[in-house]
Amino acid sequence: MFARNTPSIMKLIIILALSLAIILYDHKTEHFSSVRYYISYLSAPIQNLANVPDALSNWLKNSSRSRTDLMEENAQLQAQALLLKRRVQKLISLSAENIRLRELLKSSDLLEESVSVGEIIGVDQDPARHEIIINKGKRDGIYVNLPILDASGLMGQIIEVGPLTSRAILISDSSHALPVQINRNSVRAIVVGSGALDRLLLTHVPDTADIVVGDILVSSGLGQRFPEGYPVGIVTKVEHDPGQAFAIVEAKPSAQLDRSRHVMLVFKKQIDAPLQPQPATNPQIPKLEIQKKSGELKMAREIDKP
Amino acid sequence: MGRNTGVLIFTFVLMYVLMILPLPEWAQWAWPEWSTLALIYWTMVLPSRVGMLTAWILGLGLDVLQGTVLGQHAMALTLVAYLSLILHRRVRVYPIIQQSFIVFLLIGLQLLVVRFIQAAVGTVPNSILYWLPCLVSAFLWPFFSYFMNSLRYRFT
Repeated sequence: MFARNTPSIMKLIIILALSLAIILYDHKTEHFSSVRYYISYLSAPIQNLANVPDALSNWLKNSSRSRTDLMEENAQLQAQALLLKRRVQKLISLSAENIRLRELLKSSDLLEESVSVGEIIGVDQDPARHEIIINKGKRDGIYVNLPILDASGLMGQIIEVGPLTSRAILISDSSHALPVQINRNSVRAIVVGSGALDRLLLTHVPDTADIVVGDILVSSGLGQRFPEGYPVGIVTKVEHDPGQAFAIVEAKPSAQLDRSRHVMLVFKKQIDAPLQPQPATNPQIPKLEIQKKSGELKMAREIDKP
Repeated sequence: MGRNTGVLIFTFVLMYVLMILPLPEWAQWAWPEWSTLALIYWTMVLPSRVGMLTAWILGLGLDVLQGTVLGQHAMALTLVAYLSLILHRRVRVYPIIQQSFIVFLLIGLQLLVVRFIQAAVGTVPNSILYWLPCLVSAFLWPFFSYFMNSLRYRFT
């Protein structure tokens, strides 16, 4: 009885050594992601349980609203839908034109995107890490590096996928970086998270770069990970310090990183096409054909026979 | 001895839920280390059943739930369990304030180990508020042990 109660130092050393081995292995390799995948069958119910208070308060808030409130909101949404519909009408013709022009340039940036909506069911408690948990997993076709957005801008990307849930990192996390460009003049830059939810940093911007306060940052798609052209943030501060090698540029994220409840997951399907005109020796030059189907644009690949 | 198993599992799952509860920004820094509190309580009360191996598995679960590097909490919690197993005979007869102080030290040790590992693998929050949970946990210890005692007597 007493012998069992005194902890053995040998056991401690073995467990500590094992832990250290696991830490190193998990940090240096990707092999444990499958272990995490299967353990998350067990952890998903706990995550859902932790979401219950929040979901309950949301439900209470929604079900206790007055009829006049709802009618007001309904009217607002209808007006908004009308405005958006008008924009979409123009967008259809514009994107058709864009595709035609790109086809002339034999450019490969032809992407078809499909969007699925997920719900945030958890937020990382560690204030130093900006990570969220989403209620969609591998079963819904989620994969690592998938970009996520909210209604007003880019939010982040998926870093870990379980069968039922997945974990995403926000663009404001200090270990996250993403390539952007200024919407006005296409100046390229890298946006790095600051660790604060309402602040992003642009690193290594030369003092001579044409960036002013109020510029809109959009994703440039250069990292091959995020789709091109989604709003990332608005420049809030540009400072030229002669003592510093680079300009100090800060931005405010467009997405409501701390307020969104639903996120959009953007799947992309790249259509293979040569980046540059192929040499004449290669007779097979893929040609892209545009089909217009019920307001939606679909692109099909066709190979010309010589 | 098997009659405590249900309560044990229930409290550990409850602490897991508390550890990943979505919190407002101001509460994030001060949120106590619930799992460690439960671990210290159970090693003090049932040292023959809850030991380093339980702590290790508890820690691994925490790593998966919080998405930290696998083994980080496992290592810290194993150390905490070891020390609390050594101390449990003395601490059990201490007055509650003195117990709180021991809890303060143990959770401080856990935060220290976690911080070492975090610094080695990547990012570290450079704010003094990082140490706030051990203070809050120590402050909560009297209420926590009272709650756990009543829970244990109710269900066994």
